[in-house]
Amino acid sequence: MSLLDDFIVRAVLAGLGLVIAAAPLGCFVVWRRMAYFGDATAHAALLGVALALTFNISIFAGVLSVALIMAVTVSALAGRGFAMDTLLGVMAHSSLAFGLVAVSFVPSVRVDLMAYLFGDILAVGRSDLVVIWLGALMVVGLLYWRWSALLTATLNPDLAYASGISPKREQIILSLALALVVAVAIKVVGTLLIAAMLLIPAASARAFARTPERMAVIAMVIGMLSILGGIQSAFTFDTPTGPTIVCVGALLFVVANLVRLVRGQAK
Amino acid sequence: MSLVSVDNVSLSLGGRQVLDQVSLHIDTGEIVTIVGPNGSGKSTLLRVIIGALTPQTGQVTRQKGLKIGYVPQKLHIDPTLPLTVRRFLSLPKRVSDAAAHAALEDAGAGHLCQHQMTSLSGGQFQRVLLARALLMEPDLLILDEATQGLDQPGSADFYSQIETLRHKKGCAVLMVSHELHVVMAASDRVICLNGHVCCHGAPEHVASAPEYRALFGTGTHGALALYRHEHHHDHDGCDHDHSYEENA
Repeated sequence: MSLLDDFIVRAVLAGLGLVIAAAPLGCFVVWRRMAYFGDATAHAALLGVALALTFNISIFAGVLSVALIMAVTVSALAGRGFAMDTLLGVMAHSSLAFGLVAVSFVPSVRVDLMAYLFGDILAVGRSDLVVIWLGALMVVGLLYWRWSALLTATLNPDLAYASGISPKREQIILSLALALVVAVAIKVVGTLLIAAMLLIPAASARAFARTPERMAVIAMVIGMLSILGGIQSAFTFDTPTGPTIVCVGALLFVVANLVRLVRGQAK
Repeated sequence: MSLVSVDNVSLSLGGRQVLDQVSLHIDTGEIVTIVGPNGSGKSTLLRVIIGALTPQTGQVTRQKGLKIGYVPQKLHIDPTLPLTVRRFLSLPKRVSDAAAHAALEDAGAGHLCQHQMTSLSGGQFQRVLLARALLMEPDLLILDEATQGLDQPGSADFYSQIETLRHKKGCAVLMVSHELHVVMAASDRVICLNGHVCCHGAPEHVASAPEYRALFGTGTHGALALYRHEHHHDHDGCDHDHSYEENA
């Protein structure tokens, strides 16, 4: 096997593009206890796919608009006595269900939503790569620009208000970034991989990080290792690529926490 | 113009009227303390002033470009967020290492620089919060029971730091405090709040107001006596408790 095989190179590049945006974004998801947000956005994206097919618009536009609507709805409702996890859980399940129902109304189009759930990273084309990387760089730029304000708002909304930062605005920026990542990546890597790459690298990085910035960087490295290790293993063991990447990520999570445990006891 | 003025602000939370037609203003360099029983809307009022809550009626006017240093009553930091004391001091605006170290030394927390925020004790945490608020060189320092959890030297140090800051930078202070003897010693004005403003004015005036007595009873006579000693230094031979001054 050679990594020069074109489709493998494209798969690796697509995965790395996803990870550079998803890993730092995932840190905020973890810090804000919004683990369900990835799921909810990803499931809402399926509804977007269904609507896009029904109304014959581009999947990117469909996914982005539904993900944005969901993000704004969640942000608006979160302040009104709903707990975030409840809200996201309701959104995640209902948007998936609505998506499946919506698709059943389009008999002319034979859609396999499973393809969007798991994606096929090995089928990434050149134009997909451009979309993924453009989206990823935009998200990274957005996070870099808003980093300090986002972090302050995440730490404590009142501290943010006192410093003249609007936590609501930062919440919307975060939701926007999340919607963008899902929209650019869903077609090629699927919602399962997106949600996993948001959460697992960030959760693993916590074990080694002393500052938020370092956690974001370590999450990126762990995410990249998962992509490279996952694609390599999928080839070696002839297993489905997306799920294999997630498995490698999960193993890294376990290893990271074992290392933390051992180091903690050595002290 | 006042740094902040609050005009006829009313606010209900969860169907309960918390603030009822509250008006107050804070001018440059003055120390204003809000006293009041639990549930009287003290913290809510502070959150209205920083802009975290929007009043249903009335208006809050902040001076343009007003820098607020805010110390909340409690601050929960999620254990998933790794954050050293040093990094915390640079949120949201970066401060130099020298300034950060100086602020921590002043707050008596110099050795904590590289510690994780989540590993600090209650008192240490409070010292770091105060150091951060002072580092921002605020025009207005808002303290919501900022010294709770501090030992007495810590709390006395803190109040003397505020005095210094006020003299050096002309920073105004708005605080909620339950330490009535400190309140009476350190404030220019006292506002007694119980949903509405019961009474306000100079500490002596408020302490003798019937509304204040009705809320706090006569147990504050001692506080007032102590206040008189400390403020006027009227040492007419009595051996009173001088603990606050000695620690200051």
